[in-house]
Amino acid sequence: MRTFLAAITLCVAGFAVSAAPTKPIAPVSDAVIMAAGMPKKLSEYGFFTDAAGWTPNKGVKLYRLNSALFTDYAEKYRYIYIPAGQQAVADGDGRLQFPVGSALIKSFGYKIDGEDRLLETRVLLHRADGWIALPYVWNAEQTEATLKVSGTRIPVRFTDPSGNARDISYAVPNKNQCKECHSLSNAVVPIGPKMRNLTHDTLDMLLSNAMLEQPGRDHPPIPDFANAAMPLESRARAYLDINCAHCHNREGSASNSGLFLTYEEESPVHLGVGKRPVAAGRGSGGFAFAIAPGEPDQSIMMHRLKSLEPGVAMPEVGRSLVHEEGAALLSEWIEQMEKK
Amino acid sequence: MIRTLLAVTALCCTMPALAKTITVEAGADAQERLQEALILAEPGDIVELGAGTFALTDGLSLDVDNVTVRGAGMDKSILSFAGQLGAGEGLLVTSDDVVLRDFAVEDSKGDGIKSKGADRIVYHAIRVEWTGGPKATNGAYGIYPVEGSDILVQDSVVRGASDAGIYVGQSKNIIVRRNTAIENVAGIEIENSFDAEVTENLVTENTGGILVFDLPNLPQMGGHNVLVARNAIINNNTDNFAPEGNIVASVPAGTGVMVMANRNVQVVENAMINNGTTNVMVVAYTQSFDDANYDPTPRDVYIADNVYGRAGFAPDFDGGEQLAAAFGGALPAIVYDGLGTGLIVNDAVAILNLGLTKVGQSPTEAKPTLDTERGAGEAVALSPIVLPASMEAALK
Repeated sequence: MRTFLAAITLCVAGFAVSAAPTKPIAPVSDAVIMAAGMPKKLSEYGFFTDAAGWTPNKGVKLYRLNSALFTDYAEKYRYIYIPAGQQAVADGDGRLQFPVGSALIKSFGYKIDGEDRLLETRVLLHRADGWIALPYVWNAEQTEATLKVSGTRIPVRFTDPSGNARDISYAVPNKNQCKECHSLSNAVVPIGPKMRNLTHDTLDMLLSNAMLEQPGRDHPPIPDFANAAMPLESRARAYLDINCAHCHNREGSASNSGLFLTYEEESPVHLGVGKRPVAAGRGSGGFAFAIAPGEPDQSIMMHRLKSLEPGVAMPEVGRSLVHEEGAALLSEWIEQMEKK
Repeated sequence: MIRTLLAVTALCCTMPALAKTITVEAGADAQERLQEALILAEPGDIVELGAGTFALTDGLSLDVDNVTVRGAGMDKSILSFAGQLGAGEGLLVTSDDVVLRDFAVEDSKGDGIKSKGADRIVYHAIRVEWTGGPKATNGAYGIYPVEGSDILVQDSVVRGASDAGIYVGQSKNIIVRRNTAIENVAGIEIENSFDAEVTENLVTENTGGILVFDLPNLPQMGGHNVLVARNAIINNNTDNFAPEGNIVASVPAGTGVMVMANRNVQVVENAMINNGTTNVMVVAYTQSFDDANYDPTPRDVYIADNVYGRAGFAPDFDGGEQLAAAFGGALPAIVYDGLGTGLIVNDAVAILNLGLTKVGQSPTEAKPTLDTERGAGEAVALSPIVLPASMEAALK
């Protein structure tokens, strides 16, 4: 709902500016994005025109993903900023390569007591020496978000999509934890913006605004894992890709596990089928295989997805609730695999 | 203008920025204060932990190169993770040239200290402990460097790990020296690693003392060149408390040294005493696997000049008791499955050869025999492990 409002606000932003010519809105600060150091306040960047962080500034565009990472049912609002006159380019794998000076901004919030509230906004800044990830935490008044490199925990009570009241200790990741997930060969990289995972509308928007170079080839989209009309196999693989594969790939934080869950992975054993644990410890739950075909209840993958215990629960960061819908999808996927 | 001037001055100045010491004391908000110090540290800095217990609520991590984290002593500066709500380990290090010394990590929910892809890392006088003693609910690894080059673990103590106390995985150029591993499933484990020395450690009251393993389906396979020397491997008879599914859950209680699916491993000059299954076991990986690049057999294992105490009096595997009875009440000091090539034993002890001929063969098909000598000869010498001088200097 808020996303919708934000989009509308974006459409009328031009009018708002012309209606109040006495106070022009400063553009996004390229200097703040590019300069070394870590700005203390989110407002320093000028990504939003309102203090509450809902109305994106000129050049800051809301975008959407086909399948999104589960973060304790938080609502997420994603924005791309690319410096004026420049473009992102899709590489051979369909990963968007952003020009230096670009920023990806992602706000997390919940509807609390009927009101949309933001908890944190994470920014990924593309500087001359690479990407840097920084977490900002919103104040209670919702007027400013402040840098919190060490992360924090925020008690939250909200109602999940099934109508259950939830009380959680929401974890804002620290700067290093940002990198743990956003890491490829030990460098920080964006995760979501890949051709295959951007919605059709988002791609249209980026192309029509000349923010993205016309790609040289097709990149077939991955489905929304929640879309039951799509094939089970591709939904499950889309879920694993966006929830697990940022660590579980050959160059990621979980490279040592040998469990590789990218959408492209072709080896059944690296996907977990008949794969024994390596360093799982009690994470194994006493089971022999990451995926025991036909037996979700005997599969370490399901055990870890359904666990809330630190040291067992996967993903390791950003989850204090079980994603019931995701677990049900993967369970169904493993169930229909032929038993060995 | 001033900016430019400063920049030019900085450029002309050849002295490196002065390293600083950031002191963090125990007390309220320890999580945020310590994590912030670890993030804001710059190369060359020392993060100094005060004496006392730091009550932490989440995992900690360090991602800045060339930082030393130093406490007031392994029994004085204690990072307690008993109240940990998230993360897969107590402390995670992902940067190079890091020195960790003189502090303790207690009761982490997952692993104790993990360093991943962290080259030239020194763990010195660290204690990692699950204070309730051996329990299946303890974290897997105590000290856990993985995917690194140049690793030094020295003078540290690890107790209670439900997998391995000190576990070095998929790494190269490794020294594990003068540590104490007590009441873990595996005391010390070198897995899928190249060029390691495990020397002068006290390894006692674990399920298995020192394991040298290689596993399939991993980015780095073909473990080789491992020296296990001058260790005291005593009384490792603790019931296996590893969660099922993990490879160490299959290690029989009472194993001194176990070499599995590795090449060029030397077990020399150790004292191996009172290990109820056997003092040394040399075997193939027996589980099914799907990996054409993996060799499950032990090759070129050399055993010499060890001191052997009592062993084999309580073999902890199916049929072990009958087997022991057949050999006069106890299994010999060395048990070999008969697979692989190039086993040399230069010690005057009996060797139980199970006489298996195929990897994965059922033990019921074993044709056990007693060997009294085995390929007497000299092994190819292993080159001593040399670490960068900066690492040895960090021990001072």
